[in-house]
Order: sequence, then C-alpha cells, then structure tokens
Amino acid sequence: MMGKNDTPLELSAVGATGAAGANAVGNMPPISKYDNVSPRHNMSVRIASLVMRGVVYLGAIVATAVLLLIVGYILINGVPYITPSLFEWEYTSENVSLMPALIDTVLMAACSLIIAVPIGVGSAVYLVEYAPRGSRFVRIVRITTETLQGIPSIIYGLFGMLFFVTALHWGLSLLSGACTLAIMILPTIMRTTEEALLAVPDSYREGGFGLGAGRLRTVMRCVMPSAAPGITSGIILALGRCVGEVAALLFTAGTIAQIPNFVGQGAFAFLDSCRTLAVHMYVLASEGLHMNETYATAVVLLVVVTVLNLAANVAIKKLRKD
Amino acid sequence: MNDNGAAVLPSKTEPSRTELDSLVSLEIEQELDSAFSKMEVNNLNLYYGEFHALKDVSLSFPKNEVTALIGPSGCGKSTLLKTLNRMNDLVVGCRVDGKITLDGEDAYRDISVNDLRRRVGMVFQQPNPFPMSVYDNIAFGPRTHGIKKHADLDEIVEQSLRRAAIWDELKDRLKKSALGLSGGQQQRLCIARALAVQPEVLLLDESTSALDPISTAKIEELVSELKNDYTVIMVTHNMMQALRVSDKTAFFLLGDMVEFGNTDELFTNPVDPRTADYVSGRFG
Amino acid sequence: MRPASVKEAAAKIMFAAAATISILAVALICVFLFANGVPAIAEIGLPEFLLGTTWKPNSGMYGIFPMIVGSIYVTAGAIIIGVPAGVACAIFLSRFASGKVASVLVPGIELLAGIPSVVYGFFGLMLVVPFIRNTMPSRGLSLLAAAFILGIMILPTIITVSKSALDAVPSKYYEGALALGATHERSVFRVLVPAAVSGIMAAIVLGVGRAIGETMAVVMVAGNQPIIPTSIFEGVRTMTSNIVLEMGYAADLHRGALIATGVVLFVFIMLITALFNAIKKNEVSR
Repeated sequence: MMGKNDTPLELSAVGATGAAGANAVGNMPPISKYDNVSPRHNMSVRIASLVMRGVVYLGAIVATAVLLLIVGYILINGVPYITPSLFEWEYTSENVSLMPALIDTVLMAACSLIIAVPIGVGSAVYLVEYAPRGSRFVRIVRITTETLQGIPSIIYGLFGMLFFVTALHWGLSLLSGACTLAIMILPTIMRTTEEALLAVPDSYREGGFGLGAGRLRTVMRCVMPSAAPGITSGIILALGRCVGEVAALLFTAGTIAQIPNFVGQGAFAFLDSCRTLAVHMYVLASEGLHMNETYATAVVLLVVVTVLNLAANVAIKKLRKD
Repeated sequence: MNDNGAAVLPSKTEPSRTELDSLVSLEIEQELDSAFSKMEVNNLNLYYGEFHALKDVSLSFPKNEVTALIGPSGCGKSTLLKTLNRMNDLVVGCRVDGKITLDGEDAYRDISVNDLRRRVGMVFQQPNPFPMSVYDNIAFGPRTHGIKKHADLDEIVEQSLRRAAIWDELKDRLKKSALGLSGGQQQRLCIARALAVQPEVLLLDESTSALDPISTAKIEELVSELKNDYTVIMVTHNMMQALRVSDKTAFFLLGDMVEFGNTDELFTNPVDPRTADYVSGRFG
Repeated sequence: MRPASVKEAAAKIMFAAAATISILAVALICVFLFANGVPAIAEIGLPEFLLGTTWKPNSGMYGIFPMIVGSIYVTAGAIIIGVPAGVACAIFLSRFASGKVASVLVPGIELLAGIPSVVYGFFGLMLVVPFIRNTMPSRGLSLLAAAFILGIMILPTIITVSKSALDAVPSKYYEGALALGATHERSVFRVLVPAAVSGIMAAIVLGVGRAIGETMAVVMVAGNQPIIPTSIFEGVRTMTSNIVLEMGYAADLHRGALIATGVVLFVFIMLITALFNAIKKNEVSR
C-alpha cells in the first residue's frame, strides 16, 4: 500500500541495522554545536522569561490602572455633587440642571436609531440574504461602509452642517443632529447585523425554504430570531456612540439647553436646537464656572455608558448561548 | 520467634557458587537491559479530571529502536506519548501519577521541562511549521538553546535538513516561507526542526496521518534510518505502518496496555486474545 | 402577480434601497465637503494653504501647516504611549491571563472604549494638565497632555484588535515551539507575536485613525496655539481642533478654509483606511 517492498516480518527481523545500513544518513556526525553553549545560558533564559513576563504584566497593569484612575477620579469628584437641583426640569445658569440635556439625549438617540436601524438592518439583510455573494454592488457597499466607519466625527459634523443645516435649511436642530448621527452609526449597525446574519447556519434557511416559505418569510421567521441578540448588541453599541458624541453635534444640533416643545409646536419641534448630555458636559467644562456640576454630569454620563455596555454584553451572551 | 529468625538467617549467609553465578548473570542482564532502555515508564496512571485515561502502564523504550504504540482511538496511546515530553502539562485538569525516566533520570523531577522537551523531540499529527522562513524554522530551536553564531546555525540547519533527507529539496529556498511547502515537505521540515536541538528521543504523533501515500513512504523510510542515532516512539493508526517500521509494539485498549513485545511476535503470535482480535480484525 | 410575490419583490427593492444609502452617504459627504472646501483652497492657493505656517484669519492668512504637523505630532505621541501598553496588554489577555482575570479585564477594556471622549478630555483637563503644570516646565495645556490622553483613548482599540489577531494564531505553532524546549514566554514572543504581526499592525493603523480624528479630548487639553511646537511641553493645535474652535463664528473664506481643513483631514483618513485595507488583504492572502 505504501509502496515499500519489504515484508513486515523481514523488516523487523533485520532490526536495527538492515533498513538503515543501506543509507548514508547513519554515518553522519552528531550535531555538536551545543558543546559551545555558554554554561550561563540557563540563567539568561530565566532572565529573558522574567523580562517578557514583566512587560506583559506591566501592560495589563497600566490598562487596569488607567481605567480605575479615570472612573475612580470622576466618581470621587462627581458623586457628592449629584443633587436634586441638577435634575430640575428647567435649566438655568445657576442650577445648570442636566435634565433637559438628559431628555434631549434620549430624544436624539431615539431619532437617530429610528432612522439608522431600518436602513442598517435592511442593507445588511440585502447584502447577506439577497445579493449574490461577491457581486460588484456588494463590494462597493462594503468599501463605502468601511469608509464611513473610519471617518472622524468632526467630519460628520462638518457634513451635517453643510447638508442638513444649510442646504436643507433645517437649521441647528434635533432633526439635523439626529440625521448626522444616523449616518455616523450606520456602519456599526450594518456590520454587526451582517456578522449576526452570517453566523446563522444555512440549515435554518433551508428549513424555511423547505416548508415552501418565500425568502422574506424565511428571513423574518427563521433567520432574524436567532440573529436578534447580535443585532441588539450592535444597536446598543451605536446607542453608546450617540450618547457620547459631541463633535458631530456642535454644529448640527447646537448647544441650547432646552427640551424641544412638542406640545406647543407639534412636529416643528424637531427643528428646535437642543444639547445632549455630552455636549452639555463639554459646554460646562469649557465655561469653567461649574466644575463640581461638570464632575456630576460626567458621573451620569459614565453610568449611562456603563449600563449600555452591560446591556450589550448580556445580548452577546444570549447570542452565544443560542 | 526463634524459628522465624532461624529461617531468615540462611538467605543472608553467603550464597552458593551456582546461586552467585545466576545472580551475576541476572545483574549483567539488568545492566544490559538498562543500557538498551532509553526511557522507562513505571506504574503510570493519568487522569483528565475524573477520567482515568492511562491505567497502571509500565514499559521501557529500547534505545535506538522504533517502538510503535497502537490501539483504537481514545485508548490512551497519544496521551502516553504526550506524557513523555510533558506536553500534557498544557491540558487543564490533567494529573500524572507514577514515574517516567530518561536515562534513569526522573523526567518530571530531575529534568527541567524545557530540557526534557529538548531531549525528547516531538513531531505532531498536523505539520506545524512556524509562519517564517525554512531557515528560521530550523534555527528556532538552536537559538532557543543558546546557539548564536551564524556559522554554527548555518551548519546545524544544513545538518538537520540533511538528516531529514530534505536538504536537496530545500537548499535553494531556505529564506522562503515554510508555509509554501507541500504537506509532506512541511512534515519532514518539522522532523528536521526537531532534530536541530539534538534530541535523544523522537516522538511521532501519527505524523503521517495527514499525508499522501508517497510522502508517508518517505517519512517511514526516514524513520527507519533515524533510529541509528535516535530512539523513536511513534503513535500510529496504521497497523501496516507499525509492522513496516517498528521493532517493538505496544497495544493499548481503554487506557490499559494490553500487550508489549517484539513487533513481529505481537502481530503474528499475540498472547492476549484482545490483541489478536484487534490485529486480525484490522487485517481481516 | 400573486400578492405574496408582490410582497417579496417589494421587500427586495426596499432592502436594496437601504443598501444604496451608505453609498449615497459617502457620495454626499465627498460632494459637500469638496464643493465647499476646494474653492477656498483655490482662492488661498494650495501651497500657501498646505505649507503656510501662519494661521491668522483676521489678516487673511490661512496656512494650516502647523495644524497638519500638530496632528501628526499628537498622533505619533499617542502611538508611542498607547501601542506598547496596548500590545502588551493584548498579549497578556490572549496568552497569560487566567480565565477569571480575563473575564474581569475584558469588560473593563470595553468600558474604557465606551467612555465618551469629552469625559477623557475633562479628566485630562482636571488631572493630567495640572500634573504637567506642577511637575514640568510647561503650562500644562500641551502636546504631552494631548498625546497622553489620546494614548489612553486608543488603548481599547489596540488591545481588542491585537487580541483577536493573537487569538486567531493556531495553537499548533505554540505547541510546536514548546515541544522544542522553548519557554512559554519565548514561544509567545518569538512565534505567536510574529505570526500575528499583521493583525497588530492593523490595530496600530486603526489606532492612528482614531487618534488623528479625535477632536473634543484634544481641544480640551492641547492648548490650541496655531504654531508648530518646538517641545512636547508646548501647546499644539490639530486639524480637528482648528475646525471645532473656529467654526462657530467663521464666515466666508475663513469658513471655507476650515472646511478645507476638514478636506485635508478626510484625505488623511482615506489614506489610513487604504493602508488598513492593504494590511488586511495581505493578512488574508498569507
């Protein structure tokens, strides 16, 4: 079978000398360079190992220390100043209430997600479930998504200012800000949705088609449910970006600390300027008059971000479990 | 009491002439035995967590011979192999009981793990050349063990590749990535890499199972030649291969070593009926 | 057509339309940015704009060379500070940490990634800047402060991307090195890390992209003088800061020059993205 002619019995009977004797390899001198190795080599191995391990542990310690330092510093300085006046309904330059900013943040994030999620999820569904894999269209969309992902938020801010604020005459407004953020978070949602869809085994799709369901029904009923946790974690990540964003909002949503007046103006309230929590914090910090309240605002911001992070982790865990 | 004492005494007195002769010859035999035995395994028990993977295994691997470990999947033969160079240390929850010696030294206590692995080289089931050049692959081991001079390294690389019978194929592409080689070449490169640290024992863990028949034949031929300088211990699924290449064979079943002996005897005239079943079943 | 197939066709068109939006978005961003920035560059003159060392909008001098250099300095500083710690931490998480330690540290790194840049900036302003002012010959608001804060900010990017590159290296390389008698440390540093080097490079490039595009944290700690700094203790202004500082009140050519600064930044980012993709491609083909 292996192309050797010796019968097994012969080979083992001949033993140590027979098979090898015919070949020159047996006569080779031993590799002897090891005699020259310094006797201190073992010591240097041990030292090198210690140094490498030290470097690696140091890196981990630095990362941990930085995290603890930032979070600890903000919490210690901010928590004592979380007072009821910080949560008063109306913002005044005395109470520097973060309540309007908090509500604006919720509004802003909700609006941008309402715009970005259908588009992002829809295009991911198209790329994964509909488009022929590797087609030119898919490639172009991939490239543009990667491009969008790399663009810094200040560029989104500039674009939002030029397009939504100026060209579309929406002014500094909730709507301009939300549209700008929607484009900014679009690649995050597309990417995570795509990954979640690709992770769904093809057998689920075959199951749907096998029952005679159309593509739409198959995607909605068989694929989406098991991709949902992954998509959710992507949406939460995007939400986190909305909450923390400043540069993209300064010149699109403005910095006015008010809640858009939906009761009085109806839909026109979307064209009101507003400031999110992060913008609020930036304005407070740059005014430099209410440092304690700025710390407190930072604490609230950190809490929101941490809660979102935890939620995303829970969603990912659920995905893994399935 | 006195009776007992009297009964013990005679054995402590001078042995008779014939007794002495037989003792001497026994001693010589043992000496010869240990001279020919490179590695020994004594009462080895190995557990993966609760699972008892090797049960009271004892055997000795003769010097400059090829020993094959055979048996069905999960019988413990690969586990035993990985215990010989302590690669099992990587497995979480793995516990080893018993004694393994290399030239009489306790492999788990007297020898540092890095030294042990240098002296007991290993070639894996899947060829695993590092993603670097052919030269750097071979030189990795020597550099690890303190060889720094370029001339020395050059010489070791050439010698190792020659020993692995792949020098002629690779001498013009030493600086090329090892990942561009064929599977068979990669495996022989891995053998050369193992030889470059001047091992005494070479462990082959089903090292031909991922290869085509021609590459397999080349490696079998190589193994038959290498045993002049090294003690070879190989795990194989392929009984024909054990027959073709090995001098001694050990048959394992469910963690027990059922039978150990000369390869031809074990295959043609097995003592244990289970060995007979396995060997003949495979041939049948 | 049956209603079901109408619904199918409509759905397909809807999904395809959604997919074109990202193309549309990139196109619009390019058009609006270039249409508003390029005329300003033309009016100022490309060499004067890119290489001019004086930024005095009131006197009609629009040289952004100090800002370009500033961005590069600040980014380089961030890389020097962030990359060694980040890669070391990634190696730790990938090959040294026990499961327990990793399960605490990884969420911590994710939190670090989620902290808004304005919080980083504020932290820098309140703790790092005073520290530099009190211990070094500097007013505090400086290149050093900006590089330090950015170095921290790119840590999570470097760590997560490097870690996944290291995790992706097959364990057979590691085992092969151990079987030759190499120590755990040597196996990791001499076999695993080189095998993951293109992934680590990709992580660094991503970090560069993040650092050069970061705005708010830099504005808060860098001092923002539009001159080329001669030491790390001096203030510095980046392209991003230039835009955010003056956009609020700029008009006419001044406004155009700021948008043109955005165009230059955009081109930088495109080059970095292209570099990143080249590295990725190289990794896949290996």
